[in-house]
Amino acid sequence: MTTAASDTSHDPNQMTGAAMIVRAMIDHGVKHIFGYPGGAVLPIYDELFMQQEHLQHILVRHEQGAGHAAEGYARSTGKPGVVLVTSGPGATNMVTPLADALMDSIPLVCITGQVPTHLIGNDAFQECDTVGITRPCTKHNWLVRDIKDLARVLHEAFYVATSGRPGPVVVDVPKDVQFATGTYHPPRKADVHVSYTPRLKGDAAQIRKAVALLAGAKRPIIYSGGGVINSGNEASKLLRELVEVTDFPITSTLMGLGAYPASGKNWLGMLGMHGTYEANMAMHDCDVMLCIGARFDDRITGRTDAFSPNSKKIHIDIDPSSINKNIRVDVPIIGDVASVLGDLLSVFKAEAKKPRIDPWWFEIGRWRARNSLAYKKNNDVILPQFAIQRLYEAVRGRDTYITTEVGQHQMWAAQFFGFEQPKRWMTSGGLGTMGYGLPAALGVQVAHPDSLVIDIAGDASVQMTMQEMSTAVQYELPIKIFILNNNHMGMVRQWQQLLHGNRLSHSYSEAMPDFVKLADAYGAVGFQVFKPADLDGAIMEMIKVKKPVLFDCRVASLENCFPMIPSGKAHNEMLLPAEANDETTAAAFAGGKALV
Amino acid sequence: MNQPASAYFMEERHDSNETHTLSVLVQNEPGVLARVIGLFSGRGYNIESLTVSETEAQKHVSRITIVTTGTPMVIQQIKHQLDRMVPVYRVVDMTLTGRSIERELAMVKLRGTGEHRIEALRMAEAFRARVIDATTESFVFEITGNSAKINQFIDLMRPLGLVEVSRTGVAAIGRGAEGM
Ligand SMILES: Cc1cc2nc3c(=O)[nH]c(=O)nc-3n(C[C@H](O)[C@H](O)[C@H](O)COP(=O)(O)OP(=O)(O)OC[C@H]3O[C@@H](n4cnc5c(N)ncnc54)[C@H](O)[C@@H]3O)c2cc1C
Ligand SMILES: Cc1ncc(C[n+]2csc(CCOP(=O)(O)OP(=O)(O)O)c2C)c(N)n1
Repeated sequence: MTTAASDTSHDPNQMTGAAMIVRAMIDHGVKHIFGYPGGAVLPIYDELFMQQEHLQHILVRHEQGAGHAAEGYARSTGKPGVVLVTSGPGATNMVTPLADALMDSIPLVCITGQVPTHLIGNDAFQECDTVGITRPCTKHNWLVRDIKDLARVLHEAFYVATSGRPGPVVVDVPKDVQFATGTYHPPRKADVHVSYTPRLKGDAAQIRKAVALLAGAKRPIIYSGGGVINSGNEASKLLRELVEVTDFPITSTLMGLGAYPASGKNWLGMLGMHGTYEANMAMHDCDVMLCIGARFDDRITGRTDAFSPNSKKIHIDIDPSSINKNIRVDVPIIGDVASVLGDLLSVFKAEAKKPRIDPWWFEIGRWRARNSLAYKKNNDVILPQFAIQRLYEAVRGRDTYITTEVGQHQMWAAQFFGFEQPKRWMTSGGLGTMGYGLPAALGVQVAHPDSLVIDIAGDASVQMTMQEMSTAVQYELPIKIFILNNNHMGMVRQWQQLLHGNRLSHSYSEAMPDFVKLADAYGAVGFQVFKPADLDGAIMEMIKVKKPVLFDCRVASLENCFPMIPSGKAHNEMLLPAEANDETTAAAFAGGKALV
Repeated sequence: MNQPASAYFMEERHDSNETHTLSVLVQNEPGVLARVIGLFSGRGYNIESLTVSETEAQKHVSRITIVTTGTPMVIQQIKHQLDRMVPVYRVVDMTLTGRSIERELAMVKLRGTGEHRIEALRMAEAFRARVIDATTESFVFEITGNSAKINQFIDLMRPLGLVEVSRTGVAAIGRGAEGM
């Protein structure tokens, strides 16, 4: 604490810890914060009360909702999402979104209240070891025991969350530190963390090697991922230019959808377990693979020893630990996608010519002709794929953002909804968190109040964070929850059918709520559709409503999501929908106790 | 290989393991050791030995020396995972540099009388272990050296009345004029 009060009373940088927290947020350009109050953060809430015109607080109904809302906000804007929760249960309720954000490289700054420093370790009321619990599910975290460190730590927190590979951070602030007075300093260029300086620029020699490989390729493929979205709009622009200049085919992971437009002529669709036949076959048979900001996840590689066996692999990633983690690559380039692609493009344009790959495109054309996303039309029952196609047609050309829950509907959304721009697609990829989509849509809508924000949901997932409908109504956020209601945990049911002898153990929801009445109870608007013929009209109605909507779309209850690479199989052993009868399915999953 | 029905592919890995000594310079902030240890336990890496101490007090820099085993790919992962941690300045693989010196200190307690006492003292002399505590029926030896030497000494002491051992774990430093 300071000496004579008279010295400091006019110093505008003298303030309480609580005021510093709010001030630091404002200085970092934060406009919205998602949170839930409690004893250990009341001083901060008091400060928020006084700063309402600078910083809007959105009161959620459960801290997990605050976390996912902040994730949606962050992913759709490229800015960090900010969360404020209380100690103990407030902090533990945040664990799922933190783990989710860590997996998907989403920048979050989460402030947690803590019991006063002298009580830490005493099993005080609502005490938990927040930094201990969140250490493995954050990029970094801090417990601030001294007001002297608070301003520095807050600025470091924003720096660490947003630089390099983005991720969630937690700043745990004991209540006495919130009350204490100290000296604030605004963020400075030098407020980086002393030991954390990620590398952005790629090594020139490695980039030359990459260009030589690309120029000599006969069967090249670009495999892009979430890192392109993380890197920013410039990265997507450069990626499009690269495809244009080389005329290479391009596929993307679930996390990277939209970086290259789905309407682009070189687009092969998503790859991986539920990716298209052409994308996976091209990955398997290519001779040069250019991986840009993707991490060779197990949903992509299938069995690693059979993954793209004859290709030279180039991997651009900002995080060295993503390189050679699952798959050995030949030319690693550590750096930021935008920076590396910029350099790579100028070398390519100056020194290389695009290789002739007509025979490769011809082969890809044959794979495309297999039409791996085809499904049988049905005039009586709404098929989930059809519902997403109709939704897509209805909102095409509009300013739309899509979030999802986790399950079959998520995969169908990835397959059937075309994304033309980055940051328009928010989904929980790495952790696969059911309940992500509804609050994420909330966060997206806060950031883009005039856009159309739709959560493509499953009936089971949506019930995990349904309470946030109340938040949507309170803040007049007209999110559209488009539920593909199959009465099952479809994805689980599908695995049980394919791998566990169709014993549907606890994957059927016996008691489905009436979503229309539920919407009504929340003060939102409900829709229910059973017939394919009624779908388009209802979707148009939904879009017109300027209120939050629960749209109960009753779909076929036993539809499976194909194509699919059975686990333990290679990319060229996909199971296609047209071929997926009982026998081929049994054969595809043979080897274990599948279908016994 | 018989695959169980699973959402994951159960792969068998056949690469053989190597032992590496890593020197890690870290910002000495609260929880940094918990972070490093949590990384190893969370990702299933082995720790054979871990030592830590502040080495540059005014800059709050500590040096952690870790001995670990794994396949070459896992060792590389460990280094990258350490390197990307926010409070880590540098990671050097002392084994790869091929120019490092490793030392460990152990204190070895023995109980015994007569012939065993004399034999123990003779061995201690051969290994340049010092007596740092003695009673009529016990000794405590202090010995420094690389881990293999210490293991060998302890093995020899076992039949002579070994009571307990306390070891510091490995510290390592590079040869020559350059720092890490
Ligand atoms: C039910 C279910 C099924 C799934 N099926 C599939 C599937 O069929 N296909 C599929 O693709 N996914 C699928 N997923 C998602 C999958 O689990 C992974 O989340 C996803 O594949 C990872 O995407 P990514 O490789 O783009 O990596 P991300 O998790 O997006 O990681 C980004 C990578 O880019 C790097 N990076 C970040 N910022 C930058 C930067 N500025 N510059 C350079 N590099 C940067 C990071 O270090 C990281 O390595 C499924 C998920 C679920 C829940
Ligand atoms: C929090 C959480 N618990 C469990 C799971 C496992 N899981 C993955 S998909 C799924 C079923 C999802 O069902 P639903 O939301 O109805 O979507 P559908 O697959 O039917 O489209 C379950 C239980 C999960 N991903 N997340």
